[in-house]
Amino acid sequence: MALTKEQIAQRIAKELKDGFYVNLGIGIPTLVANYIPKGINVVLQSENGLLGMGPFPFEGEEDPDLINAGKQTITTVPGSAFFDSAMSFGMIRAGKVDLTVLGAMEVSEQGDIANWKIPGKMVKGMGGAMDLVASAKNIIVAMMHTNPKGESKLLPGCMLPLTGVNCVKKVVSDLAVLDITPQGFKLLERAPGISVEEIRSKTAGRLLVEGEIPEMKFEV
Amino acid sequence: MNKVVAGADEAIRDINDGAVLMLGGFGLCGIPENCIASLVKKGVKNLTCISNNAGVDDFGIGLMLQNKQVKKMISSYVGENAEFERQLLSGELEVELIPQGTLATRCMAAGYGMPAIYTPAGAGTEVAIGKETRNFNGKDYLLEYAFDADFAIVKAWKGDTDGNLVFKETARNFNPLMAMAGKITIAEVEELVPAGELDPNLIHTPGIYVHRIFQGVNYEKRIEQRTIRKKL
Repeated sequence: MALTKEQIAQRIAKELKDGFYVNLGIGIPTLVANYIPKGINVVLQSENGLLGMGPFPFEGEEDPDLINAGKQTITTVPGSAFFDSAMSFGMIRAGKVDLTVLGAMEVSEQGDIANWKIPGKMVKGMGGAMDLVASAKNIIVAMMHTNPKGESKLLPGCMLPLTGVNCVKKVVSDLAVLDITPQGFKLLERAPGISVEEIRSKTAGRLLVEGEIPEMKFEV
Repeated sequence: MNKVVAGADEAIRDINDGAVLMLGGFGLCGIPENCIASLVKKGVKNLTCISNNAGVDDFGIGLMLQNKQVKKMISSYVGENAEFERQLLSGELEVELIPQGTLATRCMAAGYGMPAIYTPAGAGTEVAIGKETRNFNGKDYLLEYAFDADFAIVKAWKGDTDGNLVFKETARNFNPLMAMAGKITIAEVEELVPAGELDPNLIHTPGIYVHRIFQGVNYEKRIEQRTIRKKL
């Protein structure tokens, strides 16, 4: 079975380490906050100017002055801090944020990422994504392995306009966990019941398979 | 140094056709609602607007778009606005999309008196086309110029009669950066107090950057994505 979006988020959450400052993008990456392992303390950065983002507010406690980068109402946790947008991207550019998780339309075997524009179709803009991918030390992409037509989104080279070059370190898709290596996508784990052959057939970029590839395990 | 004006109409009195404006806010959070309403009423046209977003169809800068007052938008993200997309695809509206950190830093540079900055954002992408690229320590950076805006229009939580400003929560965003960057900076605040009442230790924007200030009225503070959790 391919992973659900929640399971992709759950798997990425296992990459969190105690003391990490983490920026979570819009969509599946936002869900990672729901699966932070017990005993692991991380501080969530929201690039519109907050360190220490908390969960959504209870009904009636929404504050229009307190939102995340997806414009959703949020809360703060004890120890949080607000700052302006230049400082926010300053801490990103200076490499203070330990992990960035974001979505992608395409990822290449060199770690290039495209996620901001479909020429002639979508012109919403890059927001903070280009700043994040240009500077983050550790970038994990959360994505579907194929598009709705069944075509691979893990490619030899991106077809869409790039967001960043040679920056993605790891991909967690609905089918697999893969590292970006100089030899291409290195398969680390399979979704439960998904064969190496299926992953190979749905990965257009170079796929490196060494030894037995374990299945991901999820506690119920 | 009293900077107080009566209200938004007086604050924007000399904003005319063709002006280059900076408008603070992130989405609809921390936007100068009163000044936008006055600009719509005044009907000035051919504006260039530097703002992270372009509002939604019926609020924020979206109101100026509906009124066909904007010639060019410089933003990082412009989703959630159908009229914007229509004007863009029909060629009525010129749009320059730039990375959000680049937008913030180009404001900051203007306020700090620096002509340009280097940033890695967009290196190797179409954002880099036509820009000077320089390699520092093995990494490519783009030269990006400071903005040159006629007016910066910002929204603060509290302000005093000398123009000192304090922002609230994530409504701070681009506001203090733009406040530093305008040739003329207009601040609308939720609460205007006499000089001396705000704690000098807690001022975000010193009054030297602010030319006109007034207490705004009837703030709507619309929420774009109302998200809540259930009480267990």
